[in-house]
Amino acid sequence: MLTIRDLHARVEGNEILRGINLTVNAGEVHAIMGPNGSGKSTLAGVLAGRAAYSVTAGSVRFEGKDLLAMEPEDRAREGLFLAFQYPVEIPGVNNSYFLKSSLNAIRKHRGLEELDAVDFLTLIRQRMKLVEMDESFLNRPVNEGFSGGEKKRNEIFHMAVLEPRLAILDETDSGLDIDALKIVADGVNTLRRPDNATIVVTHYQRLLNYIVPDVVHVLVDGRIVKSGGKELALELEERGYDWVRENNARATVAG
Amino acid sequence: MSTEERQVEQLANQEYKWGWVTDIESETVPKGLSEDIIRMISAKKREPEWLLEWRLKAFRHWQTMEEPHWPNVAYTPIDYQAIRYYSAPVQKNRPKSLEEVDPELLRTYEKLGIPLREQEWLVGVAVDAVFDSVSVATTFKEKLKELGIIFCSFSEAVREHPDLVRRFLGSVVPPNDNFFAALNSAVFSDGSFCYIPKGVRCPMELSTYFRINAADTGQFERTLIVADEGASVSYLEGCTAPMRDSNQLHAAVVELVALDHAKIKYSTVQNWYPGDKEGRGGIYNFVTKRGKCAGVASKISWTQVETGSAITWKYPSVLLVGDNSVGEFYSVAVVNNRQQADTGTKMIHIGRNTKSTIVSKGISAGFGQNSYRGRVEVKKNAVNARNFSQCDSLLLGDKCGAHTFPYIDVRNTSATVEHEASTSKIGEDQIFYCKQRGLSTEDAVNMIVNGFCKEVFRELPMEFAVEAQKLLGVSLEGSVG
Repeated sequence: MLTIRDLHARVEGNEILRGINLTVNAGEVHAIMGPNGSGKSTLAGVLAGRAAYSVTAGSVRFEGKDLLAMEPEDRAREGLFLAFQYPVEIPGVNNSYFLKSSLNAIRKHRGLEELDAVDFLTLIRQRMKLVEMDESFLNRPVNEGFSGGEKKRNEIFHMAVLEPRLAILDETDSGLDIDALKIVADGVNTLRRPDNATIVVTHYQRLLNYIVPDVVHVLVDGRIVKSGGKELALELEERGYDWVRENNARATVAG
Repeated sequence: MSTEERQVEQLANQEYKWGWVTDIESETVPKGLSEDIIRMISAKKREPEWLLEWRLKAFRHWQTMEEPHWPNVAYTPIDYQAIRYYSAPVQKNRPKSLEEVDPELLRTYEKLGIPLREQEWLVGVAVDAVFDSVSVATTFKEKLKELGIIFCSFSEAVREHPDLVRRFLGSVVPPNDNFFAALNSAVFSDGSFCYIPKGVRCPMELSTYFRINAADTGQFERTLIVADEGASVSYLEGCTAPMRDSNQLHAAVVELVALDHAKIKYSTVQNWYPGDKEGRGGIYNFVTKRGKCAGVASKISWTQVETGSAITWKYPSVLLVGDNSVGEFYSVAVVNNRQQADTGTKMIHIGRNTKSTIVSKGISAGFGQNSYRGRVEVKKNAVNARNFSQCDSLLLGDKCGAHTFPYIDVRNTSATVEHEASTSKIGEDQIFYCKQRGLSTEDAVNMIVNGFCKEVFRELPMEFAVEAQKLLGVSLEGSVG
C-alpha cells in the first residue's frame, strides 16, 4: 500500500528526514516511535503534503501512485488520512457541514454519488458511537472550544466517517487521559480491516497496549534504526531511547 | 509566497461580473452644481415649492461646509463641478404598469438577477428599481396597498403622500447633518419611500435595487422608511454599477423611523463597482444611514454586506430615543485590491433600558484597507443602557490592513458597555487542515471566510444570504439534522 524509499526532507533548511525506508501493507498496523525531534511528525507531515516540508530525495508510492506528486487534497481523496497532533480550529464552520463537504469531495473523486443530508446523518450518527461522541459536537464549529481530548476524538470521528485506506495518527495519544485513550483505541481497532492500514506515530508505548501494532519502527535522527514486533515497544519503554541511540552509534561506527 | 497564498490571492481577485453598460437614451442635466441645476432637477420632477426650498436651503448650507477628511481613507479630491447630478432613461410617458416599462430596462434588471415581472418571483419580495436618478418600476404595489402599505418611489411619494414625506423627511438625518448628507439633500433624485401603517406586519420583503448606468453621473438617492405603531417590515437594498475608469460618487441618505413597538430590519448587499486591480475607477460610496427608534420598545436592525465600492464611508446608526428600544448592527465589509472601507455604526442611547448590539466582521485582501469605526454613546438619562460590541478582522495575505477605532462615551453610571475585538490571519494551518480532508484550496477559503461571517449572514433574509455568500465566493452552507 505504501512504499517509502530513501526519503530525505528538510524544514527551513535543516535536514530532518535522512533516508527513510518503510513498507506498509494492507491490513497492517505500524507504530513509529522515537524521541522528541527524531522526525516522526515531519514524516507524517511529508506524507500528508504539508507545504513547509521540502522533499530533497527519495520516493513514496501509495497504492501504486507517486504520492509526492499529488496535492494534499488529492492525497486525501486517494485515501490518505492524517489525524493531526494539533487539530486546527475553524470558527463558524460546523463540524457536520465540514465533514459532509469533506466526505463528498472524496466520494466525488472516486466517482461515487454525493451523499444527501439524510444518508449522511445516518452515517455520522452511527460513526459517532464508535468514539462515544455526543451529538452536540456535530453542530459546534470544527474543533473550536473543544478540549484537547475532544479534539483528538474528533479526529478519530473524522477518520471513522471518511474511511481512509491509510490512516496516520500523529501523537493521537498525547493529551488523552486513560479513558479517552481507550475510546480512541477502540475506535481505531473497530475500523481495522484487511484492506486498510494504519501508521501510529507515538512517543510512548502506552497507546500500543490498546492498538496492537504488527510492526514497530524506531526513528532516531531522521532514520529508522530498528524495526521489530510489538515487543520492541515494550523493550524501548524499559530501556529508553538512549539504548537504540547507542546501538545505532555503534552500528554506524562499525558499518 | 506559498502556493496556498497565491491561490488565496487568485480567489480574492475574481472579476466583477456586473460591469456592463445598458445602451439607453438618457435625459440629463449639464454637469456641475448650482442653484440653477437644483431648480432644474426639481422642475424635472415637478416638485412642490416647499421641497425646492428645502433643497436650496440644504445647498446653501453645503456651500459653507468642508468635505470631511477624518475617515481613514485616501483619494484624490472630488471635483463637484465635474459631476452630473441627474440622469434618467428617457421614457415617453411615465409607465403606468410594468408592461409599459422600456424592455431594455427590464432586461437590465433581469441580467442583474432582479426580474421585475411579478410572476417571476418565487418568493415574496417587492422591488423598487432605481436606474441612475429615477425609479423605473415598483412591483407588488397594488397588493401592498390593500394592507395600507405605501411602497413607491420617492418622487411618487412626494406627489401622492406629501404630508407623510414632509413630516418625516430630514427628521432623522437633518439636511445640515454632514457634508454628504447636505449634498444629498440638495440634489437627491429618487429612492424609495415606504410607510407601514399601525399594527401591520409587512407580509413580504421590500427591496430597492440601485443601478448606476450613466458615466460621470452621481447617484444621490434618498430612502425613507416609516414603521408606525406596532408595524414591522424587512427591507433589502442591493446595488451595482458598470466598470469605468473614472470614479463615481454615490452619496445616499437613508432614514428609518420606528414608532412605538415598531420593528424595522434593513439589509444591504452593497456591490458597487470597486475599481480595477490598480485602483482605477470605482464608486465612492459616501452614505449616511440612520434610524430613529422614536417609540417605546421599538427596534431597528441594520445588516450590511459591503463587498463593492472603491471607497466606503458609512455608519448605519441608531438613535435609541424610546424607552426599551433596541438597536442592532451586523456588518461584513470586504476590501480587496486597492479598496478602502471606513465603516461601522453609532449607537446613541437616549431612552431608558435601551439596548444595542454591534457585530462587525472586516475581511481584508490584496492591498485593501479596512477600518471599523464605531461610536457608543450613553446619554445622561439613559438609565440601564446596555451595549455589546464585537469587532473581528480577518486578513488574507500580508499587504492589506485592518484598523479599529471604537469610541465609547458613557454619561450614566448604570450603563453596561462591552467591547471585544480580534484580528486573525487566514491560517495556512486552517487551509492545510481542510485540504487534508479532501477540500480544494478554493473550498477551504470559502468555508473559512463563510464561517468567519456566519454571525452576520444569519441575520440576513434567506434570499439575500444566498446572494451575499455567492458574492464572497462562498458556497452555501448546507444544514444537516
